[in-house]
Amino acid sequence: MSTTFTSDELQSITALKAKYPDPKAAIMPVMWMAQKKWGWLSEDVMQEVARVMDLPYAHVLGVASFYTMYFKKPMGKHHVQVCTNVSCMLRGGEALYAHAKQRLGIGHNQATPDGKFSLEEVECMGACGGAPMIAINETFHENATKEQLDALIDSY
Amino acid sequence: MYAAPNIVLPIIQDIHKVDVYESHGGYKAYRKALTMTPDQVTDEVKRSGLRGRGGACFPTGLKWSFMPKGNEKPKYLAINGDESEPGSFKDRQIFEQNPHQLIEGILIAGYAMGISKAFIYIRGEYHKWVECMQTAVDEAYAKGFLGDRMKQTFGSDYALDIVVHKGAGAYICGEETSLMNSLEGDRAYPRFKPPFPANKGLWGMPTTINNVETIATVPAILAMGAEAYAAIGAPGHSGTILYGVSGHVVKPGVYELPTGTLLTDIIHNVCGGVPGGKKVKAVIPGGSSMPPLRGDELEGIRMDEESLKKIGTHIGTAGIMVMDEDTDIVAVTLRIARFYHHESCGQCTPCREGCGWMEKVLHRLHHGEATSSDIDLLYNVASNIEGNTICALGDAAAWPVKGFIEKFRDEFEARCIPSRSVVSLNVVHGRRNTASTLVKTMQ
Repeated sequence: MSTTFTSDELQSITALKAKYPDPKAAIMPVMWMAQKKWGWLSEDVMQEVARVMDLPYAHVLGVASFYTMYFKKPMGKHHVQVCTNVSCMLRGGEALYAHAKQRLGIGHNQATPDGKFSLEEVECMGACGGAPMIAINETFHENATKEQLDALIDSY
Repeated sequence: MYAAPNIVLPIIQDIHKVDVYESHGGYKAYRKALTMTPDQVTDEVKRSGLRGRGGACFPTGLKWSFMPKGNEKPKYLAINGDESEPGSFKDRQIFEQNPHQLIEGILIAGYAMGISKAFIYIRGEYHKWVECMQTAVDEAYAKGFLGDRMKQTFGSDYALDIVVHKGAGAYICGEETSLMNSLEGDRAYPRFKPPFPANKGLWGMPTTINNVETIATVPAILAMGAEAYAAIGAPGHSGTILYGVSGHVVKPGVYELPTGTLLTDIIHNVCGGVPGGKKVKAVIPGGSSMPPLRGDELEGIRMDEESLKKIGTHIGTAGIMVMDEDTDIVAVTLRIARFYHHESCGQCTPCREGCGWMEKVLHRLHHGEATSSDIDLLYNVASNIEGNTICALGDAAAWPVKGFIEKFRDEFEARCIPSRSVVSLNVVHGRRNTASTLVKTMQ
């Protein structure tokens, strides 16, 4: 698989750049696009982002490494995130995370060998009213239970 | 029970859709603003007593008045929807339930300050709510409420564009200067102030940064008039606030109530009290960075900035975290310290190193491996972070640690072992001229 954006994608990137007074500001949306397309930001992917953004690779790496949500290594197809920050901790978030670790057999920021799942102990996701919460990829599951987590994992 | 008007989150079905919003008086406040001069609009907001809802409680109208007049330079408005403070989950209700009121507020704010471009910065974890907001912005464009077409729609020569920008997971981006660096496409390190954003903000141009809830309140102020708004809630901090209640309550959630509502009312009446009828041990009143309150001092406490300031804490983002009598305070403090260690951007030494040390010492306390002098050490480290960093993250990390030690020292002491061996370890450590100096000064 070659690490280049298609011409359609390049067009959207041009449109993204035009939304800001300085095209450099499009780096975050472009990295989101890249992560959606390739799953994670490998060196090749970041080189491609640097190319289309006309920025030094070091800058792209610098920005990518600042944010936790840009993956700097391959993650699972289903990225399981469990919050253990205070509001969730008070309502069983830590037990839920311990259960997820045991169930998937992996730890924080690790992926299963088959690449199906990865796990992350996340900081507050802003779902404190529905604590404890888990998120799988982009979907929040609030008032989560171990049974619900098991059922979700089984459904994939 | 409460005669609280639902100003920011009205209970109207499908109000998130532009047509429904419009049929309930939506975009009328902006039309009203257009009949006034920009200065009159700013003055109206000033007189309403509206203060920022992002935590600092800065008077909104005053902030707007700092923006230079005239149009020689482009000016920008950044809406802070990073909402990453643990215990805060209010802005997402606005993105989901009432996004057009935020857009209308942006139009009014933009008109008042002569801004033609606004950015809504939303935290990366809020995938769904970024989409909600983008949908609303698209609808507004399609209706001719934004962009060039709005000149025709509203019959004025003022136009504004909105860009929805998605973050990627960094608590620090909620700090206004960090948010600007993030938006510009750099690593999100906070900037020195001065220069203040109103002089030199996004791309070096005059910029105002306002919280989502603050701006979503503005149309209501225009609609009802500054005096009517100022009459709601507590004097000195008027209006309604979205209280996000979490932790040990029967009905956690976001509740819009006037400022100055009794904290005990919120916990026991609005949220149904503590599950199992247990007692409250501690409450954090405004998100994890605010100093906590003891359960036995809650009586009579009103939830507005002026009242809370008198008792040594702040309203912050009004994210109320309730902890029952069985809560392990040391474990909670450790979790908070861990969070700030993780989220420190690493720019300033006191915060980068200090947050790490606070976590380490708390870890030792939590595991019963510390002596009581470690509590003093911890307090000292926290005091050395506070006020010594570029941005407020240092204070945000120090306040809860100091607050929990001040209010619950007995719980920390109970975890300590008066063991000789650990004491001697500290002395050995001290010979390297680190901890001993600290411990001596504390004794």
